[in-house]
Amino acid sequence: MSKILTVSPSPHVHSDESVNKIMYRVVLAMMPALAWSVFVFGFDALRVTLTAVAACIVFEYLIQKFLMKVTPSVTDGSAIITGILLAFNVPANIPWWIIIIGALVSIGIAKLSFGGLGNNIFNPALVGRVFLLISFPVHMTSWPVNIQSGVDAVTSATPLGLIKESIKNGQVLSDVLGDVPGTMDMLLGNIGGSLGEVSALLLIVGGIYMLFRKVITWHIPVAVLGSMAIFSGILWLVNPEIFMNPVFHLLTGGAMLGAIFMATDMVTSPMTPKGQIIYGVGIGIITISIRTWGAYPEGISFAILLMNAVTPLINTYIKPKRFGGTK
Amino acid sequence: MLKTFKPGGVHPPENKISAGKSIEVLAIPKTVSIPVSQHIGAPAVALVNRGDEVKVGQVIAKSGGFVSANIHSSVSGKVKKIDIIPDSSGYPKSGIVIDVEGDEWLEKIDRSEELVKDFDLDSKEIVDKIMEAGIVGLGGATFPTHVKLVPPKGMKAEILIINGVECEPYLTSDHRLMLEKANEIVVGTRLLMKAMGIEKGYIGIENNKPDAISLLTEKTKEYPNIKVVSLKVKYPQGGEKQLIKAITGREVPSGGLPIAVGTVVSNVGTAFAVYEAVQKNKPLFERIVTVTGKSVEKPSNFKVRIGTAVSELIEAAGGTPEDTGKIISGGPMMGKAIAKTDVSVTKGTSGILIIKDEESKRRETIACIRCSKCVSVCPMGLEPYLLMTVSQKQMWDAVEANKVMDCIECGSCSYTCPSNRPLLDYIRLGKGKVGQIMRARKN
Repeated sequence: MSKILTVSPSPHVHSDESVNKIMYRVVLAMMPALAWSVFVFGFDALRVTLTAVAACIVFEYLIQKFLMKVTPSVTDGSAIITGILLAFNVPANIPWWIIIIGALVSIGIAKLSFGGLGNNIFNPALVGRVFLLISFPVHMTSWPVNIQSGVDAVTSATPLGLIKESIKNGQVLSDVLGDVPGTMDMLLGNIGGSLGEVSALLLIVGGIYMLFRKVITWHIPVAVLGSMAIFSGILWLVNPEIFMNPVFHLLTGGAMLGAIFMATDMVTSPMTPKGQIIYGVGIGIITISIRTWGAYPEGISFAILLMNAVTPLINTYIKPKRFGGTK
Repeated sequence: MLKTFKPGGVHPPENKISAGKSIEVLAIPKTVSIPVSQHIGAPAVALVNRGDEVKVGQVIAKSGGFVSANIHSSVSGKVKKIDIIPDSSGYPKSGIVIDVEGDEWLEKIDRSEELVKDFDLDSKEIVDKIMEAGIVGLGGATFPTHVKLVPPKGMKAEILIINGVECEPYLTSDHRLMLEKANEIVVGTRLLMKAMGIEKGYIGIENNKPDAISLLTEKTKEYPNIKVVSLKVKYPQGGEKQLIKAITGREVPSGGLPIAVGTVVSNVGTAFAVYEAVQKNKPLFERIVTVTGKSVEKPSNFKVRIGTAVSELIEAAGGTPEDTGKIISGGPMMGKAIAKTDVSVTKGTSGILIIKDEESKRRETIACIRCSKCVSVCPMGLEPYLLMTVSQKQMWDAVEANKVMDCIECGSCSYTCPSNRPLLDYIRLGKGKVGQIMRARKN
């Protein structure tokens, strides 16, 4: 036989894991929440999501091809995730041109200007979201009515917004608790809010799927939600008249969406389990702090972005336990 | 719950195609090329000259230093030449080429199949016989066994672990040996324990070999100080440090040897070779080699004379398949791809694996997505992604500070990386460079 053999260093076999598979599992995990969103916000939810995804793919392709002059990598699925997450973080009735601006900021500034997939410091979808929140505060906080909530109005408030408003007006919580949706409604998603954040339950379903498929580990979601629960629980025990209970905090706003889908973004979160817990606890504490004392009713986006910035530092100082190491 | 090591580990498909194939004796080839360096340490020094007549089992090259091993003729015949022959990595190495004539063994070798259990020898006599027989670790590391049996001053071995894990996918030579030579392995284990004055012995086997576990459990019943430990399947459990951790819970310190935690590990093949050397006066000149692969016509486990060309083994297994892309000496995780099949089987050759063309090429590398899978699978608690980056950037201080020398090169990181990054390639580069720097510092 005169055939030339391939020679390369070991290992000679590879697992069937690939970046594509990981990305499409994440996309699949977001589908229940998206379906719910279409159910409660109507066709608008689908329109916004598809616009965001299309814009992210197109911008990634154009920028890579014509500005960066590299082979476009849109097929890896990461632009789709950014698009869906961006859509999940805006009201379902947002004008089309705002979501396109958001996509440009997410892909162009937050992702590709750092070098593309794997090199970005901050979660692209969240950078886009925060950019839109600061630039278009009115559009970004005019929530469409949740069809299932049974409220007869054109716009509605989010539970977190409701609480922030009443505290600002000097009311005590016992006066407004009647206006706050019930726990069951919050769990299922019969409340107002951003497109993809309303159904805590279906976000958890997606999270369990990702855990099962080993896309994420439990460390970050548990650290984020656990620290939110503990911190808000302490405040609540101190004075339930001005601080909301932990169940409310976990089921409202972007807590579940952030803890399960955005804080767990591989690229921008720490590499070791211990580092991930520190990062998650940081997000939880900052989130509750912003919700309680900040100007915005919700703070998990800012909290994640702040902890994204700390991630390289965590990776530098928090090392895995070395086998046979002295400490 | 079954024992295993932590941290890390992966589960590559086992593909133990040849597990059901009994050991067959491979026909003696017409010529053998026996390298004088088949072990870690100094090459052996050739004792024969061109034209010399040799018998099976005769020493043809003598141990060349403290860490070295004797080399014996695996055939009888005439020394054709002492020449430079390529080793499995393609490097030119000195070797002895012998033309085979008949099959005449040294008389002292007991060729009967009868089980001998003679435990009257003292420790020194056992070690001497092992040294004489040129036994090295047959799990692949090929460290001379007699050196391992004499611990450095002030250190004492309390536990002997016999490694029957065979965690490499495809390979089945140890598995077959355990099934067919269980009595001999147990005697070998007792001899090794006696040689070191060890009271406690374990035989570690992964639970994908239930037949070997139950057989050895039965054979060790009469020796309460030898226990068979069933282990949960996980690669690289056959790694010395991982096996010690799995069985004893002890961690060999960074940069240290197993003896630092009172343990010594030997492969089942080594235990069998020790039996043959001590009870049968038979030096190490043949071993079990698995020849396998998805397209191989007759996947087999052969008993092969050292120095036989790999091509002869492949022929005996049905020839090189049409779709061959790569031939590996060893298993798919840690074995070496060979460029030509005229290289010799040596003491460290556990298997010949033939990989199909479509599985032999690496996939395209893309950017690291920082998924941290490499960190979570690393059995040494290292950060492969980081070691690769700092090696690429030639930041050798950082490579060293991040414990590159602890890497056992098991390949779990490269295996698992969803971006197909060549993590281990760069870690090896860093290891080599840091090793150089460390040696220079010492001098």
